[in-house]
Amino acid sequence: MAVLNEEQEMLRDMAREWTKNEHPVGAWRKVRDAGQPFDADAWGEMGEMGWAGIIIPEEHGGTDFGWLSLGLVIEELGKSLAASPLVASALAASAIVLGGSDEQKAEYLPRLATGELIGTLAFDEGPRHTGLKASTSVHDGRLTGTKAFVHEASRADLFVVLAQDGVYLVEKGKGISLSKRAMVDMRDHAEIDFNDAPAQKLAVGGDDLAQKIVDRACVLTAAEMLGMCQAVFDTTLDYLKQRVQFNQVLSSFQALQHRMADLFTELELARSAVEGGLQAIDSGFAVSEAATLAKARANDALHLISREGVQLHGGIGMTDEYDVGFFLKRARVLEAAWGSSSHLRDRYAAMKGY
Amino acid sequence: MASAAEADAQNNTGSSDLDAFREEVRAFLAANFPPELRGKSNILSSVEEAGEEGSAEKAWRVAMGEKGWGTPTWPKEYGGGGLTRKQARALEEEMAKVGAWNPIGGMGVMMLGPTLLEFASEEQKHEHIPPICKGEIRWCQGYSEPNAGSDLANLQTMAEDKGDHYLVNGQKTWTSGGQWADKCFCLVRTSRADKHKGISFLLIDMHAPGVEVKPIKMISGMSPFCETFFTDVQVPKENLVGEEGQGWTIGKKLLQHERTNLSGGGALAALNAQPLHKVAERYIGLGDDGKLADAELRVKIADFEMRWNAFLLTARRAMEESKAAGGVSDISSILKKSGTKLGQERAELMIEIMGYRGLGWEGEGFEQKELDGVRAWLFGKATTIYGGSTEIQNNIIAKRILGMLDHQ
Repeated sequence: MAVLNEEQEMLRDMAREWTKNEHPVGAWRKVRDAGQPFDADAWGEMGEMGWAGIIIPEEHGGTDFGWLSLGLVIEELGKSLAASPLVASALAASAIVLGGSDEQKAEYLPRLATGELIGTLAFDEGPRHTGLKASTSVHDGRLTGTKAFVHEASRADLFVVLAQDGVYLVEKGKGISLSKRAMVDMRDHAEIDFNDAPAQKLAVGGDDLAQKIVDRACVLTAAEMLGMCQAVFDTTLDYLKQRVQFNQVLSSFQALQHRMADLFTELELARSAVEGGLQAIDSGFAVSEAATLAKARANDALHLISREGVQLHGGIGMTDEYDVGFFLKRARVLEAAWGSSSHLRDRYAAMKGY
Repeated sequence: MASAAEADAQNNTGSSDLDAFREEVRAFLAANFPPELRGKSNILSSVEEAGEEGSAEKAWRVAMGEKGWGTPTWPKEYGGGGLTRKQARALEEEMAKVGAWNPIGGMGVMMLGPTLLEFASEEQKHEHIPPICKGEIRWCQGYSEPNAGSDLANLQTMAEDKGDHYLVNGQKTWTSGGQWADKCFCLVRTSRADKHKGISFLLIDMHAPGVEVKPIKMISGMSPFCETFFTDVQVPKENLVGEEGQGWTIGKKLLQHERTNLSGGGALAALNAQPLHKVAERYIGLGDDGKLADAELRVKIADFEMRWNAFLLTARRAMEESKAAGGVSDISSILKKSGTKLGQERAELMIEIMGYRGLGWEGEGFEQKELDGVRAWLFGKATTIYGGSTEIQNNIIAKRILGMLDHQ
């Protein structure tokens, strides 16, 4: 864990207490069983605690605590798989902070900061993130195109959309139709058809605005994945210390001890990369490189830990009644988000000129 | 370490004092550092070769040794520099500015000195620490034996109590730099009654009658390690550090100093080396699309470089966390195993990149750095074995950090 300041420690402790007491994995199970995208009351509480405004400047109603602070909260939520549009909405807000005009900031940021307005990114047009190419086009302020697998889509009020010539804001309303895409993580995804939907450009952010947004998406997604890595690791370790076979607890078998030592190593290497990514955004130094690293390490660590988590739990890990399967299913969805490891390796090499 | 605690106590060195100290350092360097030694390195730190000390090197070592600045934060009364941490950092910075390097080093500095400061008697400190500070005595480590590797406490070298001296018989192995060492800090058995409590920490003169050293030729062609035989070697009683039976405690503490120094291992060397992708650009070349011509190797290199960067971030985090917590951070436990593994991966990738040119043994047709790389690849296989093998590191992580206990 990075060395934190007092403000960050308070925020993390608050998030840790809240998820433990108010929103453990069992809360997500209820949301899923009820067929909801997320718990609206819980989202209201997150708004009251100011979490939706952590990276929004104070003049627009946020706290401007920064990305490491937001990452700490997201990590805690990842530990209990708390379903909420917090990641998506914070990323939409960051797009406006980076590329919005004064009017756009004044219009949207205060409501995003309270959680009253939900935003999300609509960038990719296929099943895999392959970079920043888009066929979506805009003519006379009207946007047309199809966006695939948009996160938190059904409750979003504001879409940040990647088009051929830049990034646009599209409000929910006419010219938009949603088709639900039920994926293994049972979260809120949809394909969105934009048909001459009124759109306004985020014109201030420069040519690399879309890249900056994707970098932030990589890091914040990686923070959620880090929380999931930690939770699966901790749960698995607890299980090995309790489960008795051959008259011994499983944790006393060296074959399992060494596998857990390897998982611990991967987890801690991923933690350094994710925290490094959050700190890079805060400092503005070498952000793309740090973001690629953060997501790639989180991908590989969570992939390994979620597989081993199921294996080490044995049969019980295969049951719906047990939590570890939830993590496995959410893991693969987030691994695919904003670049698989192979895409990220390609991007890293290209960034370094080889 | 006592010296560090003392240094902390005086850590309120004012900035004007520090400026005055920098002035003193600059004047000392101008007067004593021979400019022709710029960019060379410390021969005492090398276990791979004896190194020959020229007159300029000797003068530089003596000058630094007199000041105690080769061991800057060790107490002055034992020959150290008695500097605060801030002063030590200023010294390092000023030396770096003029290309000067620390001529004092080796196992005496890295491992034995800190251990003596903690466990030795006043007489022993006064006898053994000043020559370390002056770089006059080379120490080697007598821990491993043919049947005591990972199971170090199984060591059998006996030190028999003969009244005024111990009579030592037995064999040590993997004695780094044993063939040019003056003295050896040794774990010996003073009792067979208890595996751990029968072990004592003894300082042995390598020039004493009955000590025989045989270098071991390794797969790298080099002989950095030796077998050391003790046959009826008489060791004065005053060379026992701590109490009889306290050797395991002292020896383990010393290993912590070793592990701290090894945590980068072969990986640290890579820090100063060219990035792998630069080497690959030279040997493999870029295609028309600007990408490395071997697509699969390109992916392997990117994967390695990213994992390597995650390791560097972790090493930095471990340091920051340890400093903030005032103790050793839990994640320090993963540094040795991950750093050494990455160092080996890098060496293997270098060979893959260079092809046959990365496999030269000697002679014509190869650049010197290609040949050096081959030897480093082979020597680097030791890094996951010595200083507590990767398997032992996994045991330590599982038991001490994760609380996974053995069969009860």
